[in-house]
Amino acid sequence: MSQIQPTVDIQTARLNADEYMKNFSDMHPPLGATAALVEADRCYFCYDAPCTKSCPTGIDVAGFIRMISTENNIGAARLILEENILGGSCARVCPTETLCEQACVRNDQDHRPVSIGLLQRHAVDAAMAADKQFFEREPDTGKRVAIVGAGPASLSCAHGLARNGHSVTILEARDKSGGLNEYGLAAYKMLDDFASREIKYILAIGNIDIQYGQRLGVDFDLASLQSDYDAVFLGIGLGSVNNLGLENEDATGVINAVDYIAQLRQSNKLADLPVGKRVVVIGGGMTAIDMATQIRLLGADEVTLVYRRAKEAMNASEDEQEFTQVKGVTIRYNAKPRRIQTNEGQVFGIEFESTRNDASGRLEGTGETFSLPADMIFKAIGQVFETPSNCKFELDKGRIQVDEHRKTSVAGVWAGGDAVCDGEDLTVAAAQDGKLAARSINQYLGH
Amino acid sequence: MADLTSNFIGIQSPNPFWLASAPPTDKAYNVVRAFEAGWGGVVWKTLGEDGPPLVNVNGPRYGAWHSGDRRVMGFNNIELITDRPLDLNIREITQVKKDWPDRAMVVSLMVPCEEGAWKEILHKIEDTGADGIELNFGCPHGMSERGMGAAVGQVPEYVEMVTRWCKQYSKMPVIVKLTPNISDIRQSARAAHRGGADAVSMINTINSIISVDLDTFSINPSTGGKGTHGGYCGPAVKPIALNMVAEVARDEQTQGLPISGIGGITTWRDAVDFIALGAGNVQVCTAAMTYGFKVVDDMIAGLSDFMDSKGIQSVDEIVGKAVKQVTDWKYLDLNTIVKAEINQDSCIQCGRCHVVCEDTSHQAISQMKEGQRYFEVLDEECVGCNLCVSVCPVENCITLRELSIGEADARTGRTVSGEYANWTTHENNTMRVS
Repeated sequence: MSQIQPTVDIQTARLNADEYMKNFSDMHPPLGATAALVEADRCYFCYDAPCTKSCPTGIDVAGFIRMISTENNIGAARLILEENILGGSCARVCPTETLCEQACVRNDQDHRPVSIGLLQRHAVDAAMAADKQFFEREPDTGKRVAIVGAGPASLSCAHGLARNGHSVTILEARDKSGGLNEYGLAAYKMLDDFASREIKYILAIGNIDIQYGQRLGVDFDLASLQSDYDAVFLGIGLGSVNNLGLENEDATGVINAVDYIAQLRQSNKLADLPVGKRVVVIGGGMTAIDMATQIRLLGADEVTLVYRRAKEAMNASEDEQEFTQVKGVTIRYNAKPRRIQTNEGQVFGIEFESTRNDASGRLEGTGETFSLPADMIFKAIGQVFETPSNCKFELDKGRIQVDEHRKTSVAGVWAGGDAVCDGEDLTVAAAQDGKLAARSINQYLGH
Repeated sequence: MADLTSNFIGIQSPNPFWLASAPPTDKAYNVVRAFEAGWGGVVWKTLGEDGPPLVNVNGPRYGAWHSGDRRVMGFNNIELITDRPLDLNIREITQVKKDWPDRAMVVSLMVPCEEGAWKEILHKIEDTGADGIELNFGCPHGMSERGMGAAVGQVPEYVEMVTRWCKQYSKMPVIVKLTPNISDIRQSARAAHRGGADAVSMINTINSIISVDLDTFSINPSTGGKGTHGGYCGPAVKPIALNMVAEVARDEQTQGLPISGIGGITTWRDAVDFIALGAGNVQVCTAAMTYGFKVVDDMIAGLSDFMDSKGIQSVDEIVGKAVKQVTDWKYLDLNTIVKAEINQDSCIQCGRCHVVCEDTSHQAISQMKEGQRYFEVLDEECVGCNLCVSVCPVENCITLRELSIGEADARTGRTVSGEYANWTTHENNTMRVS
């Protein structure tokens, strides 16, 4: 076996300005007016449309597409936002190929579904560009609800409650709202500061106050919220990142993908980000894909995404896998990390062992190993829920247990988003959690 | 290779595709381009009587109804007959016919309803060497307000009278172009026939308003905020035109009267429809105005390939082939029973057949089977109306199956006898004949 040379190549400004611009332009450019009409015309306006049934928020997809086809983009946006106030970001980040577009009957006819995501974006963008608000607050109820976290679930919940006339206070640990829409996801999915523009649009309903720098269990506790407010919603996401459990994991160059992506999303100048020449990303979900693709687009020479199981087991959809490969990322399946190679505290490579499923389907090492040179190693092997201190809820599979109304085991406390057990870790699922919780809280508050 | 040459009332052309009297045939420049592109003939844009040329509006002349993907489905215009001096047109017609002797050159005419006016212009046209004339009794806008065009075509007596003058004062074949803006096209055709017409051409354009501008509430197109009805044409009018052609083709009084088919012909298939329903040739305008003259390539090749595939030697063999299959409702066989059938292998499960049948027809398509989305025809409810077939987005997924003799209709319980029986003798018909 050849010896890997411990030369480390991490640089900023690997690309010129045009290349950054090109690489981080819209992943799916928006439809023009004519293209939207043509695409909308492809919709068959199905009876009891399968696309609607496949949308976690139950958007009347065939209904809004019909409105686009009659050039009523505003009406289409109203139909979308009625079910999902985050319809704009969902249109950009939803894995539509596994949701609505997978259900499209066009797949069976010509293997190309109606581009529902792009049409949804077309309509919502039109309404936002016109600053068209569809919802009005009901008369003030005098009831106050505290919401912890300002991610998609919380924003959806806050909007629903504000519509019902309740006063909402959001307590957010970071200094910006949006949660993963702002700090996570790939930059080319959420261009032009869309996350914050969408929040501004949502908050226009009024009576939603956001306080930043407020971390549950540190700056306040659940008990005080329970006593100070009439109801509480927790949209606190996942607190910590899974570790590989290997030696040298704290070496320079071993990085949590979510942290790097947050840095990237907040960066005003992509050229300032450090980028290794050879990069290894470990994981199999959307974060792993987003990480691998983006570091490649930032100018890394060789990016290898290593997943411990087979292709079919990957959480990232086939479309996502293909996308990252087209951008130049190599995916290696069936390999698990075994040893991080360092030199004076700086990573320079990583050794993997090939895997296979044993007779019972359990993953096992084959004993065969290989090494990849790496100036940077990104860990994207999932996040875990961390119970904030002084909080006691029933957990299910390590996350907050909720019923179908998103009610937790604690009286007067609801939860949603990635923090809850049945969460699909999707923006659209979070939006639905928030919507359902708001309905349930509204009922609980006697309205 | 099939022979596409056409002999329509003695007028020869290399193929049956003529350009109709309209903007594309307004002057030599356009017509020469058309002949270069391969068109078989033209009907030169309508000439009026000598004198100061008439004027067109300086605002928009055309309007269109588009499909979602911006295809022109329907088109209308408010352009008048030629606005160029008569002698200029005459000179150009003469020259073009001289240069293109193998192409059909028919001249469209519209002058006031006075014998002298017609007599005068007919002589001028005869001198051009043109193959024939077409009488514009159909133009529905502008000229009709001046007692010409459709204003003549709508009065059978006038149609007959003017046709007779033209036959009297000219040796040229006379084609009478009929307006569809009447209640019974046969009356106009019969009048032309009585007047001695060699042929009728149909249809001219239909009175129409394209749409309303929802911002200004003026109609489209508008000139200075006001609009007027224009003549409708293009693919949308084809079914109307086909029916009128068939009505004249099968009318006892006009049977055998040659017809030049016009109305939304865009492809060779459209042309075959017209020819099969009795047209001896076809005239095209909107397709050329939408795509340019090159569209004739597909028409020529498509017709030729179609004829080859069917073993048809000449266009004349197709003329009227479908006429005998057109009848009155009362003669339709009430003992023919059909049921819709859904091919589950090609069904994409959009459910449109179900919802339209459920909402608007006979509740004859179920939507669930063993808890799964599944669309199936219920024979006991199906009347074979063809709605599901019409709305299904997958061609040939839903078809109509004719029950065979001896089979029972699950809806009525009656067994198919195979005997022909129509309304005229039906027991529920109080006016039945025995």
